[in-house]
Amino acid sequence: MTSRTRSLPSLSARNRSGMEMAVLYVLSLGGAVLISGALVALTGNSWLRVFGALMDGAFLAPGRWGETLVVAAPMLLVALGMVIGVKAGFFNIGQEGQLLMGAMAMAWVGTRLSGPGPVLLIGGLALAVVAGGGWAGVAAVMRFRRGVPEVISTLLLVFVALQVSGFAVTTDWLLRDLDQNRPSRAVASAALPDNIHLPVIRIFGNEFNIGIILALLLAGLVAFGLVRTVWGFRLRMLGHNPNVAQKVGVASTRTGAAALCLSGGLAGLAGAVMLAGGSSGFRVTSGFAQNFGWQGLLVALLARSRPLAAIPMAILFAALRTGSGFLAATGVDRKIVDVVQALLVLALLIPPAIQFIRQRRRALAQAGEE
Amino acid sequence: MGGFLAALWDIFSSPTMYGSAVRLGGFLAFAALGELVAEKAGTINISVEGSLLAGAFTGTVAFDMTNSTVLGLLAGIAGGLIVALIQANMSHRLTADQFVVGLTANVLVLGLAGFLNGILDPMARRAAVIEIPLLSDIPLIGPALFGQTWPTYLLYPLIPLTWWLLYRTRWGLEVRAVGENPQAADVSGIDVNKRRRQAICYGGVLAGIGGAFLVLGQVGTFDTGAVGGRGFIAIAAVYFGGWRLGGVLLGSFLFGLADAFRLALPVLGYQLNAQLLAALPYVLTLVVMYAITKQFRQPAALSRPFIRGLR
Repeated sequence: MTSRTRSLPSLSARNRSGMEMAVLYVLSLGGAVLISGALVALTGNSWLRVFGALMDGAFLAPGRWGETLVVAAPMLLVALGMVIGVKAGFFNIGQEGQLLMGAMAMAWVGTRLSGPGPVLLIGGLALAVVAGGGWAGVAAVMRFRRGVPEVISTLLLVFVALQVSGFAVTTDWLLRDLDQNRPSRAVASAALPDNIHLPVIRIFGNEFNIGIILALLLAGLVAFGLVRTVWGFRLRMLGHNPNVAQKVGVASTRTGAAALCLSGGLAGLAGAVMLAGGSSGFRVTSGFAQNFGWQGLLVALLARSRPLAAIPMAILFAALRTGSGFLAATGVDRKIVDVVQALLVLALLIPPAIQFIRQRRRALAQAGEE
Repeated sequence: MGGFLAALWDIFSSPTMYGSAVRLGGFLAFAALGELVAEKAGTINISVEGSLLAGAFTGTVAFDMTNSTVLGLLAGIAGGLIVALIQANMSHRLTADQFVVGLTANVLVLGLAGFLNGILDPMARRAAVIEIPLLSDIPLIGPALFGQTWPTYLLYPLIPLTWWLLYRTRWGLEVRAVGENPQAADVSGIDVNKRRRQAICYGGVLAGIGGAFLVLGQVGTFDTGAVGGRGFIAIAAVYFGGWRLGGVLLGSFLFGLADAFRLALPVLGYQLNAQLLAALPYVLTLVVMYAITKQFRQPAALSRPFIRGLR
């Protein structure tokens, strides 16, 4: 028992390390904000105006917070998929492609099959999960049969998916709009019929579709599933220590492949939610994914792979995105938002890493004394 | 079918095809050579994509300001190195996850390049073609290898240099040691993470040259989509080559050839689906990785972080 009490830091030490962390976070986030501010200053604009424009675009102007929620939904879904993968020890970074596959599946169901609206909608969402999961499944097969790292295969599959989408929207038997009269039919699929759109909720002049509600429910489900179910426990064990997991009888291939596919499936669902929620005018184009996959990935990193923490982070990133739509008035390029997002992620990586190193040093020093 | 085969023959017997394969593959080879060193030391450095783009952008900006290709290439090195320094220090000093850092660095560079490109709008121009006498007279491969813009020729000395560094210097031995068995290397007095940082920086320098070469030696204009995922193909080329220098070069040029083939088809009047052809290098990479990955031994500690006292 004595060793146990010794390994626990005293209360004051814990408070001190808590303070340290707070200071570190303030410093590194401050640094990120400062660099962003400097970049804005470079264009000769005041960062206050830029910040005001971002707030207007994201929340304050009429109807904008509803738009922010619409954008947050797919980002949260992608992030949840990433979380599941990371917890199992797999780094699926091909969400941009999986999302596109999901959107294409939804578009195919919506424009090529006929049936009652709700059935098609749910069927489309389900097929999107399968499509996204299957696209990640390619990486899973490569990983578990041949040891190809999923980091690289999922990445390469993004570029294949981009080309596949370009092929699909220009091919008659896939997704090409068969309406001869539409001028831009060469580059986009037909629009989803009205009865297959996600239902829209209106509150205080803001409109948003039920995608965000679906995403929030799934966030709760993932949080619950990871912590409170046997499957989630196995998954986390696999991520923490594959050797131990193997020894206590976790089927590492099956569990790992399931985690990877599920991770892709959620990205696919995100694509379908975007499409049925009105992104690109309910049409799939080859540029349909619009970096949502990459940004959702950053959301998960920012949330440090915690499903519930991903909710505010998704809203933050969505706010930056919708807010950036109002930047044109200030004369600052909206690409500044991409820089801010990446800087935020880098900044949030630093404090825990520094703390980890300090703890290691203390532990090594202690081990040396004994 | 006969017509198609004849067209294939036309393409594969035309010197322009090989010229463009050397340009496209050479670009990959710059990045892949550096990536090879980084991976030998145990890091899958996915920020190579960011290094390429950073090198392309800083190279373009420097060229725009000074009108000198040499300074453009030097600035490209600086750009690539900065990204590598971020990657190296975040992942092998602060021990943040190397993929997380690499990915974020890529997003950061993409955003910055897009943002600054809008402000500065730098102009570039392709460097002059220099034909090396005698060598460029060799049929078929002569003009392809020795009739290029002069930055292309930077690649040729870098190949033996990289080989010499990796296999004939103490530094290279230590780099390979920290990639194979970091614990043993640590015990024998090698600063594991320092060697890994240095290896990543070497990769950053080469990718920086590659990026600047893309603009100043190949395309002639900067575009934020210029690299467009080809850094990841360079990583795949390292896998393809089984972590051997010759194999990595072969992989780069094979992928370059696939790309050149795609570009050559429509010129010769044969319409295959452009999208599917554009996916070809990526699909080829995936197939090759599936087919051969297990046959070569990768560095044993590849992508495993080293923290003293843990495992």
